[in-house]
Amino acid sequence: MAYNKIEILVEKYFQGETSIAEEKELTNYFSSSDVAQHLEQYKPLFGYFSLAKEQKNTQEIPQFPKSRVKKSALAWFSVAASVVVLLGIGMYVYTNNDLVNENQKLGTYDDPQIAFRETQKALALLSGHVNTGIESVQLIQEYDNSKEKIFNQ
Amino acid sequence: MNQNEFVLLITPFRDKVFRLAKRLLISTEEAEDATQEVWVKLWNKNERLNGYGSVEAFAMTITKNYCLDQLKSKRAGNMSIAHSNFTDGAPSLQQKVEDRDSLDWVEKIINQLPEQQRLIIQMRDVEHYEFEEIAKVLEMNETAIRVALSRARKTIRESMTKTHNYGI
Repeated sequence: MAYNKIEILVEKYFQGETSIAEEKELTNYFSSSDVAQHLEQYKPLFGYFSLAKEQKNTQEIPQFPKSRVKKSALAWFSVAASVVVLLGIGMYVYTNNDLVNENQKLGTYDDPQIAFRETQKALALLSGHVNTGIESVQLIQEYDNSKEKIFNQ
Repeated sequence: MNQNEFVLLITPFRDKVFRLAKRLLISTEEAEDATQEVWVKLWNKNERLNGYGSVEAFAMTITKNYCLDQLKSKRAGNMSIAHSNFTDGAPSLQQKVEDRDSLDWVEKIINQLPEQQRLIIQMRDVEHYEFEEIAKVLEMNETAIRVALSRARKTIRESMTKTHNYGI
């Protein structure tokens, strides 16, 4: 391999301008047995990089706590449930209030004349209904009359 | 996603995360703890992992942030240099000792670099990431990464030349 090319690559390497492929080429060159005398000093550098890549993580991957994800989901469930309950109570109270209010609206009149007439009508209706049973009550007078006859003799 | 799928998902970059953590934290034990922590964090994001373009880049970002936090929290703590187990295969003992020594030196030099440069060197020269991926992990732009990388490599070269010429 031409030393010239390698020298250029080394220079580029130290400028941080080499591509991955060029760096692989350099690594291959320096791991080979015939390295030029004046480039010998870079040998350990590239040798170290290759060696460093060999390091392995021999640990076991830990058993992961499965419940962690579920736990948080459960927490959110309880939050959602309480919100639903609160909303339910809130809606119930709210709609009931509305019903009561609607029942209390019985209508009103702006003109006092009309209001007076309507009131009279309503009262007349009421008294008419009250008077419907009055005939049968008058029968009681008959009992009274006969009682007077007997006891006053 | 169950445990098995998760393990399959992280297997391709398990060692990368560990090596990155080790590069920053230096001690193997701390790096192992950090790696576990990263898996737990990743696992807790379980359901949302599919939303990320690259889980690997995301894992590397978590690792970086976690390790930097660790370093900040115990800045004055112990920074023991743990030796890595180099594979043997060199011919003579003399050669082996010498090689090992110079490789150790490279490691020591790299571990003296600022954290950001260490991160970049690790990702570029050891893991061979593209600049684009490094930019995503470090949340920096590519030019800044190139500059930092060049600076780091030159620092290593200078320190090595010193060692080479004067032997320490």
